[in-house]
Amino acid sequence: MKKIPLALIIGGSITAVLVTAAILSRFWTPVDPTAINIPNRLKGPGVGGILGADHFGRDELSMIMAGAWTSLGIAFSAIAIGGTAGTVLGVAAAARRGRFEALVMRFNDVLFAFPPVLSAILLAAILGGGPLTTIVAIALFMIPVFARVTRSAALQIWARDYILAARMAGKGGTRITVEHVIPNIAAQIIVQIAIQTGLGILTEAGLSFLGLGVAPPTPSWGRMLADAQTYLSTAPHMVLAPGLAICIAVLGLNLLGDGLRDLTDPRRRQAT
Amino acid sequence: MMLNIRDLRVSFQNESGSPTEVVHGISLSLDKGETLGIVGESGSGKSVLSLATIGLLPKTAKPTGEILFNGDDLLKMPEKRLSQLRGSKIGMIFQEPMTALNPAMRVGNQIAEGLRLHRSISRAEAQAEALRLLDMVQIPDAKRRIESYPHEMSGGQRQRVGIAIALALKPDLLIADEPTTALDVTVQAEILDILDDLVSELGIALILISHDLGVIARIADRTLVMYRGNEMEQGETERVLRQPGHDYTRKLLSALPRRARAGLDFTPPAPGEAP
Repeated sequence: MKKIPLALIIGGSITAVLVTAAILSRFWTPVDPTAINIPNRLKGPGVGGILGADHFGRDELSMIMAGAWTSLGIAFSAIAIGGTAGTVLGVAAAARRGRFEALVMRFNDVLFAFPPVLSAILLAAILGGGPLTTIVAIALFMIPVFARVTRSAALQIWARDYILAARMAGKGGTRITVEHVIPNIAAQIIVQIAIQTGLGILTEAGLSFLGLGVAPPTPSWGRMLADAQTYLSTAPHMVLAPGLAICIAVLGLNLLGDGLRDLTDPRRRQAT
Repeated sequence: MMLNIRDLRVSFQNESGSPTEVVHGISLSLDKGETLGIVGESGSGKSVLSLATIGLLPKTAKPTGEILFNGDDLLKMPEKRLSQLRGSKIGMIFQEPMTALNPAMRVGNQIAEGLRLHRSISRAEAQAEALRLLDMVQIPDAKRRIESYPHEMSGGQRQRVGIAIALALKPDLLIADEPTTALDVTVQAEILDILDDLVSELGIALILISHDLGVIARIADRTLVMYRGNEMEQGETERVLRQPGHDYTRKLLSALPRRARAGLDFTPPAPGEAP
């Protein structure tokens, strides 16, 4: 029986709480997260709700919960698109090699050279703002990350004798990739998904901080932070709530990724 | 003759400059039920020769000459026919049992997979055939083992699974590239015995590549000695090992530990004598 790494337990628990809160917010929050309650305006934790209230008197805890749905939803959608596209490109590059591989990887280098915020602004100019733009922008910067990881992992698998055996049996590149390569690099892909989801949440918060994310009044952690700036000296709890939420979410997903990596890669575990 | 290789040369294209030839005109022939041993040190071209025979050379390699398999030239065959032939008529056993099996697939499925690819049989029939093959290569408790993943087996068992996969389609020719190198001596002997039985019972032709003269002496009818892509000598194993005709063979023999050499009745050349 393998010992479960501590990082996996902590990261897994944080992620579980986060996902539960996000799903719960679709059915129930302490207060309606968009309900404006002026008498509660800028009241601190305890007086204006568990985590206090913002400049419109909206309940911070409810907004954090609803914001978790937004953040995770966008991060996961981006991962689903960018991760799939990147993985397909990566394994195809490893299978085809030659000029095709060079073309794919240089294309990824170009994608990678754009900071996500910059490409989001660019996309917002083309597509208009909103969640779709955010998702596409984050997905675009996920593609090269996944393509690189899966290509290098797949290349290692392609050098194995069982691939030669499969080729001998008369299987083509696509079939070998689906049946032999992907099952053997699944662990690396899963680890990347966990780590990149954390980065996706961070990028989403950054984009909505700049006003490029979901439109108000849908709660979003990044916009909560942006709103809180103005009241930094009078109502510091408004910064703390979303700030800590982002920190904990990213930390949790990174720990989950690290833990999964340690669990699936015994070599690395011995080294540390 | 079932396999007839005539003047096979393989050269590798370089990024720049002229291609490097690594196999310089090897000829050999092999018939059913025969075992040919190919000996040589690392880099002598043994593995390139075997890859050329199954048409799996990397794209940068250019083979010339003739490889006649049952009368057809493999080097001129279109890829489609070649891939039908590989696996069904030619089987291969690999050196490293650790990397020759897919770690994410049950061994039974790995054996059955080739069967289902080349013959239209049902899943259940393929599994039954896989079980029979595991029995044939003497995997103890094959019924339970068929559900195992490769990491749950020992090196010797994995190599047997490798042999079972190679034999699944009853090939005419079996190429074993250092099949026992990664195994310890007792397991080595068992694997060689299994191979030897298969050659005589199923009447397949076996090419056994090894750098271990002891292995060659035990199993090969005829032996080809290679050095730097050239044939040094070829002939009956008995003759090659007892009365080597080439200095390089003598040098190889004298590299054996004294005790192993004693079994071959061979006196090494005096030190200082030219190889």
